[in-house]
Amino acid sequence: MKLARLLACAVLFAPLALAEPSQREVQDIYLRDFHTKGIVKKDAVAQDAVQRICTMTNDRPSAQVAKRLEADQMKTIAFPSGNLMGDWKRGEDIAQSGRGMTFSDAPNVPNGGSCYNCHQMAAHEVSYGTLGPSLLGFGAKRGAGEDAQRYVYGKIYNAKAYNACSQMPRLGFSGTLTEQQIRDLVAYLLDPASPVNR
Amino acid sequence: MIRFAILAASLLPLSLAAQDTKKEIERYQQMIGEGSPAELWEMEGEALWKKPQGPKNVSLEKCDLGLGAGKVAGAYAQLPRWFKDTDKVQDLESRLLTCMTALQGRSLKDATARLFGSTDRPSEMEYLVAYVVGQSRGHKMAVPVRHPKEKISYELGKKIFFYRAGNWDFSCASCHGEADKRIRMQDLPVLSAPAGAQKAYTSWPAYRVSTSQLKTMQWRLNDCYRQMRFPEPDFASEVTIALTHYIAVTANGAPYRGPGTKR
Repeated sequence: MKLARLLACAVLFAPLALAEPSQREVQDIYLRDFHTKGIVKKDAVAQDAVQRICTMTNDRPSAQVAKRLEADQMKTIAFPSGNLMGDWKRGEDIAQSGRGMTFSDAPNVPNGGSCYNCHQMAAHEVSYGTLGPSLLGFGAKRGAGEDAQRYVYGKIYNAKAYNACSQMPRLGFSGTLTEQQIRDLVAYLLDPASPVNR
Repeated sequence: MIRFAILAASLLPLSLAAQDTKKEIERYQQMIGEGSPAELWEMEGEALWKKPQGPKNVSLEKCDLGLGAGKVAGAYAQLPRWFKDTDKVQDLESRLLTCMTALQGRSLKDATARLFGSTDRPSEMEYLVAYVVGQSRGHKMAVPVRHPKEKISYELGKKIFFYRAGNWDFSCASCHGEADKRIRMQDLPVLSAPAGAQKAYTSWPAYRVSTSQLKTMQWRLNDCYRQMRFPEPDFASEVTIALTHYIAVTANGAPYRGPGTKR
């Protein structure tokens, strides 16, 4: 009975299955058709577990799978000890800068966070993207306590630890931002003196 | 470009003599809008299309872009498509390379010497593309998914569109998957749905004011992958052709409007 159902399924979906490549085949085609350029290595088109599972599930993994991915990603975050608040003025420059990590970027130039590409932050910056939620007044709403600092640091370091298939890059994990840069962004979001909160 | 500048500048004394400055400024602005620099690329491309080149010293006028040898009108509105002689789905750029090598007898190295141009070093490919796509203006997009290889290409393109990878975990859908979103001030079309694909695809290739260059679809995808923090795709590779095919098919039904003008 089960076998018969399986066979019926196979016949029904055969034409579709023929045209549609598996995810592994897509990865092999990506690996064949891309080349290393500048600072970006060809291997970057190969998927890690997060990328593979999120692609396979259209960014909606089951709650159980999501929990597992998030726990694994949480382990990648190296929280520095002590105060996580850096300098919000430097943080603003990092939030503004979209430089870095592309195949046309020179090595050894400080990267930006590209934050404004997707988020509204300070009221005076009107050129902001809308792919991510608005962070206007973020610290004014949440306070600048230890928990808030830790959350913001972790979220920037590896957003997938909090939402497995988040569209936000893992900015610490990927080597885009340094520990100090992330601390400066924590201050930009949480410091009461930051334009985000004034 | 130079011819265009001289033409525009020659009207300035006229406007001063006319004493009706406001009216003349309006006329001047209208002229700039009408005389898109893309037309100069089309004209240059047409000359290159008809110029005998390569070891065989023949022009590209017998090139088959899918509608038969030498038929250029409307051809771009039906690309990418499967070609019998190569047994491959090809986009415009890869098909031009086929014609340059097979028809003109040129080496692939010669044909691919300058795929992306700059102000001081223009690209033959960009000129040719401008000419060919201009000949499809007003033609309805009707990209085929009939041949088995076209079906494979379309399905692969769809998978490629949603494939997340790279240092920033992006797929095409990260930016082009949700309606009414923007990066900074730039609106982002949803390329996996007809309305967005039609609007975007039919305005590419395009003249970019910021670089004073006409850029191809292959360039557009190359620069998307750059900004996605991916490594560089090979020019006219299966990934880029399948992705173009998927977006082009999604844009089917809309009249082609290019080459467009972008910021």
